[in-house]
Amino acid sequence: MTTATSGKPVNNGVNVEALFGAREALTKAPEAAQFKWRATCNWVKGTQSRSTVEGFYGLGAEQKHKSRFSFDSDHPEVFASEDTGATPVEIVLAGLAGCLTAGIAAVAQAREIQLRSVSATLEAGMDIRGILGADPDVRNGFDGIKVIYKIDADASADDIKALVAQSQKRSAVYDIITNPTNVTVEVK
Amino acid sequence: MRTTTVVVGAGQAGLAMSWWLARLSIDHVVIERGEVANSWKTERWDSLRLLTPNWQSRLPGYGYQGDDPDGFRTMSETVRFIEGYAEVMSAPVRSHSTVTSVRSRDDGYEVLTDQGSWQSETVVLATGACNTPVVPAFAEAVPSSISTLTPLHYRNPEQLEQGGVLVVGASASGIQIADEIHRSGRHVTLAVGEHVRVPRVYRGKDIKWWMDVSGVLDQRYDEVDDIVKARNVPSLQLAGYPDRRTIDLNSLTRIGVKLVGRLAGIKEGKALFSGSLRNVCALADLKMNRLLDTIDEWAAGSGVDTEVGPTHRFESTVVEESPPLLLDLARGRIRTIVWATGFRPDYSWLDIPVLDYKGYVRHDGGLVEAPGMYLLGMPFLRRRKSSLIDGVGDDARDLSAHLASYLRDRSLTSRPAMQLAGG
Repeated sequence: MTTATSGKPVNNGVNVEALFGAREALTKAPEAAQFKWRATCNWVKGTQSRSTVEGFYGLGAEQKHKSRFSFDSDHPEVFASEDTGATPVEIVLAGLAGCLTAGIAAVAQAREIQLRSVSATLEAGMDIRGILGADPDVRNGFDGIKVIYKIDADASADDIKALVAQSQKRSAVYDIITNPTNVTVEVK
Repeated sequence: MRTTTVVVGAGQAGLAMSWWLARLSIDHVVIERGEVANSWKTERWDSLRLLTPNWQSRLPGYGYQGDDPDGFRTMSETVRFIEGYAEVMSAPVRSHSTVTSVRSRDDGYEVLTDQGSWQSETVVLATGACNTPVVPAFAEAVPSSISTLTPLHYRNPEQLEQGGVLVVGASASGIQIADEIHRSGRHVTLAVGEHVRVPRVYRGKDIKWWMDVSGVLDQRYDEVDDIVKARNVPSLQLAGYPDRRTIDLNSLTRIGVKLVGRLAGIKEGKALFSGSLRNVCALADLKMNRLLDTIDEWAAGSGVDTEVGPTHRFESTVVEESPPLLLDLARGRIRTIVWATGFRPDYSWLDIPVLDYKGYVRHDGGLVEAPGMYLLGMPFLRRRKSSLIDGVGDDARDLSAHLASYLRDRSLTSRPAMQLAGG
């Protein structure tokens, strides 16, 4: 536990010692750093499907989450659907938010900054003529994502901005979204 | 041929080491593939000036003697400066000798060159950090109708066709080259990844003066939290213009250069730029402000406060609402791509297992893992200033002292075979 200038130990609940230890160890054993994240998905009906996350590979072995996590996705009624789950694009926003927020907590812990509250609102624009195929010049995806963080913490405004900037710099989902990634889809 | 120390490279690093070795009466030779200051002579563009002020070239037993200490030397002036150093100390330079191999031999080293071979007890690697340009693998996907070059071959805008230019990389080289090419009438698009922003002048004093007096440049490698990160800090967005103007992304935007994110790939003839431009600019602004905070604290504590201008901060980097993510290279708008994407050292001739998995020499503050082998001139080798002309001298002093004591220890346990061989 580290101490902030107020004298109280800083605890954002992130075990940064373990993360730094892992970084040290994995620099010497890069094979152990090769992870594989997985999900399975089953169609339910209409535009609804259920994705499940349970196992992943890392540190040289198959790993399992403590429990099985499920995500229902669907389309809303304005898309003439049943709205039984969030849309896949909204789940992507949740993924980005989760990744950036976890990063903020970890960086704050490493920098001995006590967080009191962190909340983000996300909004992404999309011209749906893209996915409807109505105009080939319109892309399917987002035309941009805006994330607004409100953070109450034991730090100056600049230090808080620096936390958020560093979180983006080391965020997996931010990288996945802002940089090209190969996607291979096969049919067996 | 036999000597005690072979120094590979006759730039400022090799010469600084030679100065110290001579002072310690250690027999040595400096092997240089070209002529003294070869890289400065043959691998720099025409208008380049040092980005450190002239006074900040304090080499062992030598320094700037001209009448413009706050100015910035041109390449030919820099070459003459370094040549002068070699002359003044009568450095034992073997020019036009290319090292083809350094290998272990008989408890010492054998250095093979195209002008003969040397046996020595110790070796100093002073070939610099910038021998080969680093270009992303996807550079192969650039359409063949577009010319490409790196800063090692770039000389001036006139060597480029008329038409648009994509400069990839916004550190010292990229930013200067982008500015010059754009001013020549060839529109520049600049792909910006992580970078380090600094003003040329702050509170009336040169930024390099601040970094010197405040001790920032003297920070030791064993005193920083993350030396790997520190050794990979990109070169400062700084230039030695005679009018001391600051060059940064805002100054480029003002003359019409188009900023885009880091070049993340080329697919089907289209350049893809990262959507992270806003964040890399925010990171650079924050980092600059931390440096200025450090300077302000030091100025207040040292009493210099009253002699310099007031504290202030600079305008944040302006980034447009939605920077383009894509550029169709097949459309003809881009005629040239300049890869200002960094350099790496070349150790293809180093036949000793001291390289890490990335091909860099493993060392502890310049002490290479092989006994009696030393490294100079790399970023943050021993101090933040290690790769600067002004910084290599202290490292040469430290490492030559270690080299001397290594030789003394060896001579105490020397085997008869080494002595009988003579020389």
